[in-house]
Amino acid sequence: MEDAIRATYKRHPLLEFFRSLKKNFGAMAGMILIIFFVLLAIVAPLVAPHDPTILFEDALRLPPIFSEGGTSKFLLGTDDVGRDTLSRLIFGARVSMTVGFSVVFLSATIGSFLGLLAGYLGGKTEWFIMRAVDILMAFPSVLLAMVVVSIMGPGLMNAIVAVAVVATPGFIRIVRAEAISQKSKEYVMAAHSLGASPARIMFREVFPNCTAPLIVQISLGFSDGILNVAALGFLGLGAQAPTPEWGTMLADARAFISSDPWMVTLPGLCILVVVLGFNLFGDGLRDALDPRLKGV
Amino acid sequence: MPNFILHRLKDMIPTLFGVSLLAFILIRLIPGDPAMLLLGERGADPEVYQAMRKSMGLDQPKPVQYLNFLKNAVQGDLGRSIVSKKSVTREFFDRFPATVELGLCALIFAIILGIPFGIIASVKRNSFFDYFLMGTSLVGYSMPIFWWGLILIIIFSVHLGITPVSGRINVIFDVQTITGFYLIDTLINPELIEEEGFAPFFSAVRHLILPSIAMGTIPLAVIARMTRSSMLEVLNQDYMRTAKAKGLSLMRQVLVHALRNAFIPIITVIGLMLGSLVTGAILTETIFSWPGIGKWLVASILALDYPVIQGGLLFIAFMIVTINLTVDFLYVLINPQLRK
Repeated sequence: MEDAIRATYKRHPLLEFFRSLKKNFGAMAGMILIIFFVLLAIVAPLVAPHDPTILFEDALRLPPIFSEGGTSKFLLGTDDVGRDTLSRLIFGARVSMTVGFSVVFLSATIGSFLGLLAGYLGGKTEWFIMRAVDILMAFPSVLLAMVVVSIMGPGLMNAIVAVAVVATPGFIRIVRAEAISQKSKEYVMAAHSLGASPARIMFREVFPNCTAPLIVQISLGFSDGILNVAALGFLGLGAQAPTPEWGTMLADARAFISSDPWMVTLPGLCILVVVLGFNLFGDGLRDALDPRLKGV
Repeated sequence: MPNFILHRLKDMIPTLFGVSLLAFILIRLIPGDPAMLLLGERGADPEVYQAMRKSMGLDQPKPVQYLNFLKNAVQGDLGRSIVSKKSVTREFFDRFPATVELGLCALIFAIILGIPFGIIASVKRNSFFDYFLMGTSLVGYSMPIFWWGLILIIIFSVHLGITPVSGRINVIFDVQTITGFYLIDTLINPELIEEEGFAPFFSAVRHLILPSIAMGTIPLAVIARMTRSSMLEVLNQDYMRTAKAKGLSLMRQVLVHALRNAFIPIITVIGLMLGSLVTGAILTETIFSWPGIGKWLVASILALDYPVIQGGLLFIAFMIVTINLTVDFLYVLINPQLRK
């Protein structure tokens, strides 16, 4: 009897989704990593032992405390001009989270809008938008971002814009594909016959039903965005000194690769862990949101 | 030929036009004056400057400039590099074999390890092996390769001293360019073999190891994950149960019956990855001073060498569009369901 009641009672889809997510070890691990770095970014000034831009001229290229010659004043050592590595890494979380959020915000907003237009309106609009997507996707992402940055000049803001431009086609494609499959559903026809305007149908009816793949893409967009902006920083086109950006720190440390390998190791490790967090979470989201993959 | 290929061909033409137009516009948006850059110090004389602009076609209206650029590009003329004064096309093809050699080695590394990893993970699904291999793949997939390359250098070159840090071959060997692939050029030149034996060949191999690993890591992860999910789908099919019921060995079940049917998505994903390998090449070549297209483009962008950036963008985009079309075509060829 109880089973029968339970079978007819359907949980809220959101609750179902969280239950599914909770069972996924990878997704939970990813979420913990993301929460850790977000909190770190928020409280950076409180937990960082030093100002990340202060130069300690008597403490150049000190090794971390666990290495010979390290001091407790600089737990993870200092860089070539005497800035505290730990503080720079902590403030770097702030830069990276801002970068990820900005890239995703820009590319997801513009990408969803154009993807909806292409998918719902079809015809010439779709043809033009999809050709633009083809054109942008014909260029390797980092290369195109590099050219865009060289137009606007190097810097963190410009790197973010460039990477967002490169990330937009992915969002357009995903939202368009979903909009096309939603377009022929009955609820859209119902809205149409009730006299709803195309704009209303697109944004109020179709779009909310496109969110499942969009959310996954957003999570993966964070990792791509952080990785690409760090790559630009590494190539000298992203954040400029003294901004504590992990990719730029890596580029500065390259010269000391054989003498002070930890200077190279730490910033890259941070990039890897953050990106891994978003990828784990994105993977878990996909499993939880896509019923076809459930249990596989 | 199925309609879908014809459609793709029809869409490819406006895409290629768009690509050339975008390359043309982007270059003109970069601040600075190419004629001034080319003249360098002597740019002060206005008459020489005007003559230079005229010879470069910069005095023409923009649409005319674009048509000229297109006309020349079709004939293989992409102008001259401001830095080296050499023809861009020439410079591109001088460096292209180095990038292809590295890219192929990276891809081979990724395939040789990625497919077995994916197979093991799928056959031993939900076991320790599965979790370990897929966890490692996700780490590989998240890898900032510009950092990974440096870590490989720290471990294998600085600490263990078994691999060189940069370049394609030890500079003491004078390898004549025949095919442009050092792995081949060091073996087919009888004089070189007589003088040095196989030392140049092994030097080329040792130089290739670290860059191939760095560049192949992300493709390796993608291939392993794709192989696993594609195999899992196949392993659930009825014919797999039949194969098992017939008493076939696990090896035969997996390799002959399952893998063959799981191959289509794996090949597709490998094909589509060729484009993103170029991004890998840009970062890998920069780290290992590999004299290929990627390093050349980075240097040109930093030096604002307009003709090279424009030509390089065009070449690479053209290559990627062609590769994607070929992948679609192969996809139809190997998938009987799409063949009509």
